[in-house]
Amino acid sequence: MSKTISVNGEQKPLNSSTLIELLEENGVDSGKGGVAVALNGEVVPRADWAQTSMKQDDKVEIVHIVRGG
Amino acid sequence: MDAKVANNEFTIAGKTFSSRFLIGTSRYPNQQVMMDAIEASGAEIVTVAVRRVSQDSGGEGLYDLLGDRFHLLPNTAGCFTARDAVVTAELAREALETNWVKLEVIGDDETLFPDVEQLLRAAEELVSKGFIVLPYCNDDPITCKKLEDIGCAAVMPLAAPIGSGMGIRNPYNLRIIREQCSVPIIVDAGVGTASDAAEALELGCDGILLNTAVAGARDPVKMAKAMKLGIEAGRYAFEAGRIPRRLFATASTPTDGAIEL
Repeated sequence: MSKTISVNGEQKPLNSSTLIELLEENGVDSGKGGVAVALNGEVVPRADWAQTSMKQDDKVEIVHIVRGG
Repeated sequence: MDAKVANNEFTIAGKTFSSRFLIGTSRYPNQQVMMDAIEASGAEIVTVAVRRVSQDSGGEGLYDLLGDRFHLLPNTAGCFTARDAVVTAELAREALETNWVKLEVIGDDETLFPDVEQLLRAAEELVSKGFIVLPYCNDDPITCKKLEDIGCAAVMPLAAPIGSGMGIRNPYNLRIIREQCSVPIIVDAGVGTASDAAEALELGCDGILLNTAVAGARDPVKMAKAMKLGIEAGRYAFEAGRIPRRLFATASTPTDGAIEL
C-alpha cells in the first residue's frame, strides 16, 4: 500500500521524495518569497526544503502571505 | 526639532518610522483600492496574515505586490492558543524573513477579545525566541504592563472590538496605560473614523493600527487620508497640550474698557 501524508489537513498519497517536490506538486513556486512550510508542527527553513523527506502520517502545512488586519 | 512641527516619527525596537499609522490589507473592494488607500495613508507598516495555500488563493501574490515597498508585519489572527500563535509567528518569520509579529491570541469568535492567559504565554515564548512582539491586547493597564515586562516592543490595546468602529470606549484606561508603560502604545482595533484616531493620539498613544474603518468606508482612499490627518492632528494637539476642562466660562475677550451704561 502506498504511503499517505496530511497536506494542509487533507490526506494525500505521498508521491514526492522531498518538500520541494511536494510544493511543486501543490502548485507552489518554491522559488518565490512569502511561503513557509511546517513539518509536524516545526518550521522547516527554506534552505532545507530540498533535503527534507517525508514519511507515513507526516503532517505538512504549506502557508503563504495573504491579506490581513 | 522644529517646534512648529509635530513629531510624526516614532521608534519601535530601535527602528524609526515616519508615520504613526499602521494599516491592514484586508476587506478592500479590490486590489487597486487597497493600493491607493495604503498610498493615501502614508503608512510604512502594513499588516498581512499567514494562511494555508489553497487552490483558489494560489495566485494572490501579496508578497510580490507589497514586499519591496512596505515593512510587512505578519499577524497571528485566528489563533486561539499560544501554541498556534507561536507556530504561526515562526511560519511568518520564515515566509517574510522578519522577526516582527503582531501577536493575536483570541478568546472567542464573537468578540475577538484577546485570551490574556494564552497571549502572555505566547508573548513570553516569542520574546525568548528573539521575536519583536507587538501584542494586540485588552485596554487593561495590568495586562499591558505585564506584556511590557515580558519584553514586548510595544503594546497594542484595543479601543473597541475588532471591526466594530465603536471608537475609544475607555479613554481613561488608555491614559493609565500611557502613564504606566514606556514602550510605544499603538491603538489596535475599534477606531471608526478620523476623530477616534485623533482622540487616541491626544491621549498620548503613539500610533494607530486599523483596517476595517478604511477598507469598509464608502471611499476607502479618502478615509485613509482622513485617518492620516486625524493621527497627525491628534499628535499636534498632544504635543501642544490641551487646556484644562472647566465647568464655567472664562471670557476670551478682555473685559477691561467695556462700556458701562
